[in-house]
Amino acid sequence: MSEQRKHTDRAYEQDLETLRQRLLMMAARVEGMIENSIRALVERDSELAHRTILSDRVVNRMEIEIDEMCLLILAKRQPLASDLRFIAYSMKMVTDLERIGDLAANVCERAIALNKEPMVKPLVGISRAAEIAEAMIGQAIDAFVKRDVERAQAVLDRDNEMDAMYRDVFKEWLLLMEGDPAVVDRGIQVQSVAKYLERIADHATNLAEQVIFMVAGRDVRHHGKLTAPVE
Amino acid sequence: MLKNPENSPRFVVTQLNAWFSAHHVLRSVDMLIRDREVTAIIGPSGCGKSTFIRCLNRMHELVPGAKVAGSIQLDGEDIYQSDVDPVLLRRHVGMVFQKPNPFPTMTIRENVLSGLRLTGRLDRSTANSVVESALRRAALWDEVKDTLDKPGGSLSGGQQQRLCIARTLAVDPSVILMDEPCSALDPVATARIEDLLHTLKASYSIVIVTHSMQQASRVSDRTGFFLSGELIEFGDTDRIFTAPTDRRTEDYITGKFG
Repeated sequence: MSEQRKHTDRAYEQDLETLRQRLLMMAARVEGMIENSIRALVERDSELAHRTILSDRVVNRMEIEIDEMCLLILAKRQPLASDLRFIAYSMKMVTDLERIGDLAANVCERAIALNKEPMVKPLVGISRAAEIAEAMIGQAIDAFVKRDVERAQAVLDRDNEMDAMYRDVFKEWLLLMEGDPAVVDRGIQVQSVAKYLERIADHATNLAEQVIFMVAGRDVRHHGKLTAPVE
Repeated sequence: MLKNPENSPRFVVTQLNAWFSAHHVLRSVDMLIRDREVTAIIGPSGCGKSTFIRCLNRMHELVPGAKVAGSIQLDGEDIYQSDVDPVLLRRHVGMVFQKPNPFPTMTIRENVLSGLRLTGRLDRSTANSVVESALRRAALWDEVKDTLDKPGGSLSGGQQQRLCIARTLAVDPSVILMDEPCSALDPVATARIEDLLHTLKASYSIVIVTHSMQQASRVSDRTGFFLSGELIEFGDTDRIFTAPTDRRTEDYITGKFG
C-alpha cells in the first residue's frame, strides 16, 4: 500500500477523485448484480431476476460516462506516470465491469428459465462458485481502493480454484444428464450459469492484473508467457 | 531495457559539482550522454538543469564566481583539461537558447555565417554552400531562400529560432545543447522544432532542457530528472514517463506537492 500525495492543481485532483468514486459506484452496482442474480437462481425468485436484468442498463450508462470522463482528462491534462496508468486502468476497468454486468444478466436469464421447471437438486456447487466469483470481484475492488498489490495478487491466485470448481459442476451435471434425459434442458442451463461465473472470475482476474499495473507499473498479464515462440 | 544500447557514449559525466560562489548548484552528477540520441533534462526552476548543460560546453565558468569540480569527458577527452580551448570546444558543442537571439539587423545569410566569421575568412562559394546546407538542415531554407539579404529580425519567432539552429549547425558541431528552445514559441513553431529534432538526431547528439514534460516525452530517447542540484533519476524516456522508479520523479511529473 502506498500513501497518495495530492496534485498541486486542485481541479485536476478533484477530477481524478470523481473518476475514482464513479468507478467504485459502478463496481458496487456490479457486485450487487452478481449477488442478486445468484439469489434469484438459488431462491427461485424470477421477479428479482427481472429487476436485476433491468439494472444492467444503469451499468451500461456508467460505462459510457466513465469512458467520457477518461477521454476528457486525457485531452485536458495529458496525465503521466501513475496518473496515466490510472486513466488507462479506468478505461479497461469499465469494460470488465460492464461485461460482468452482462454476465450477471445472463445468469438471471437462466434463472428465469430454470425457475419455470421443478428443481433437480440444490445448486450447491453453483452457490460455491458464485461465492468465489463474488469474493474475487470484492477483493479486486478492495485492492484497487487500497492500491494493494498483494491483495490483487491474491485474486490471481484464486483463479485456479474457480476453474476447478467450474470443471466439477460441469462434470456433476454431465453425469446427471447422462443418467436422466429429462434433466438435459435444465442441466445445460446450470452448466451455462457455471460458465458465466467462471467468466466473471476471469474478469476479476483482469481487474486484479490491472491494479498491479496501476500501482506498481508492472504488467503481469499472461503470466509472462509472451516470450514463448509463436508457431 | 535501454533503447539503442549500441549508440556510443559522447559525454561521460562523472561526479560533477558546480557552484555559483558559495551556492552549490550541482551535486555529484553522473550521466552518460549517447550519440545520435536526444537526452531531455527536466526539473523545477533552480534545480540546476541549465547549469548542467552549461557545464557541457564550459559556459558555466563565464559567470563570475562560478566553479566546477568533477570530470566531463567528450569522446574520451576531459573538456576541463588546461590545454582545451573553450572557444574551440563551443564549436563542437553548440548551443541554442530559450529566446531566439539572431542578430536583428544582420541579414539572414550573415546570421548563419556569424559563427564561422569569428574563426576566419570565407570565400563566397564556400559561404553560399554553408548557408544553404545549414538552413536546409534547420528546415528553414524553403522559407527564406529568396530573402537571404533581409534582416534576421524580420522573421517570425519560430523562424528566428530555426535561424539560430542554422547558425549553430553552420560551425559543424557534433553535439547540440538546447536550453528551453520552444518556450517562447507557439504550438506550430514548437512542432516544427520538434520535427527538426527527430531529423537532427540522425547526425548529432542533442541535449535539451525543457519545462514541458510532454515535449520531453515526445522528443527524447532518455530523460534525466534534476532536483535541488541532484540527478534523481535517469533512464529511458518511455519508462520515466509511464513508470518512474523514484517517488520524487513521480511527484514532479504528475504535478504533486509533498
